[in-house]
Amino acid sequence: MSTPDIIDTLAGIKPGSALDAIRAKRLQARENAQKSYLSLFEPIDAGEFSLLERTAVAAFVTGLHGESPVATFYRDKLAATAGGAALVKAIDVEIARGKTSGPYGSFPAGPLSIENTAGLIYRVDAASKSALGNRLSAGLEHAHLLVFRPRDAASTDLKALLAAGWSTTGIVTFSQLVAFLSFQVRVVSGLRTLAAATA
Amino acid sequence: MSATVNPPVVFTQDELGWVSWIEPLPEAELTERHYAGLVDRARAKSEYFRLLVRDPEVLEARTKTDKDIFYNVADGLPRAERELAAAATSRYNGCIYCASVHARFASTYSKRREDVQKLLDEGVKADLGERWNAVVKASVALAATPIAFGPDNIRELRGAGLDDAEIVDVINGASFFNWANRLMLSLGEPSK
Repeated sequence: MSTPDIIDTLAGIKPGSALDAIRAKRLQARENAQKSYLSLFEPIDAGEFSLLERTAVAAFVTGLHGESPVATFYRDKLAATAGGAALVKAIDVEIARGKTSGPYGSFPAGPLSIENTAGLIYRVDAASKSALGNRLSAGLEHAHLLVFRPRDAASTDLKALLAAGWSTTGIVTFSQLVAFLSFQVRVVSGLRTLAAATA
Repeated sequence: MSATVNPPVVFTQDELGWVSWIEPLPEAELTERHYAGLVDRARAKSEYFRLLVRDPEVLEARTKTDKDIFYNVADGLPRAERELAAAATSRYNGCIYCASVHARFASTYSKRREDVQKLLDEGVKADLGERWNAVVKASVALAATPIAFGPDNIRELRGAGLDDAEIVDVINGASFFNWANRLMLSLGEPSK
């Protein structure tokens, strides 16, 4: 394989280790988590969602989860992407502004309403918006919704993305990217915790 | 995109439909590249998969990751408890659709339908016995942002009899549903 396995790399799993052997038992999952990463960050066609936007959203999403090897990886990836170095500062500012604890949000009105939990409704700062542009700013606001209060998501949120210049296919890839990272950051965290508890 | 949506207002093990908020690809426009992304050709009938197949490469990789985490039962955690991790994650994140599907699977494979219903009715703090409690608690800790999964969860899972390979199945299953829940919750809605 040309690109080293990204989850193994970020989780610090060494070839021949106990966790390497356990991961090998779910080879199809391991290989396809890797293919998911590659198809999101080295896509055949980035026409609907540019590489710069992908890495900026990834740095934001993983940063919102707190400092970790995963967040560092995507922050570095953003800095190394064409046009990305200029966005790192604004993304860092927005991570600091957007950090909170989730999941929170509302359920459909009814018996579950007693479980509704209020929390931050994040909007990009005006100063950052001039650096990030309207389209990417709308993306960050939607990404924050997906990270912290996915149960609040409504059809109007997709209309806001369409109005900001996202295509329907772009929205699908965008949603996959944020959702995939939500998976990846947790697998890495879980495997690191297990490795530490075994050492 | 259908005109009549009847959203459920409670968690249920009943079969639900799912309606997209944005336009899925029409079945007539699917090419071989799209069918490769769908993995199972029958998924062309599903609005959800015809929406996700707008990015076929990502869908194909997502689907194959999903299938191995849940269906590869040659070893590791019993299927029932992988489904429990999926249902608990969905209950906690608030995905009524995902919870319905995986609660049904958890009931089918465990034959503990009432305990599964207790999870849906009472939420993730429901007392389901030591082993299931440990799986639910670990799944919930992983779903929190910032992630709250720690050494205590590993200790509890081991104390409940899980070996490290089974713990990795919990980590994979629960983490995967943080992927699935976000797609299901944000691209459309369930309908009775």
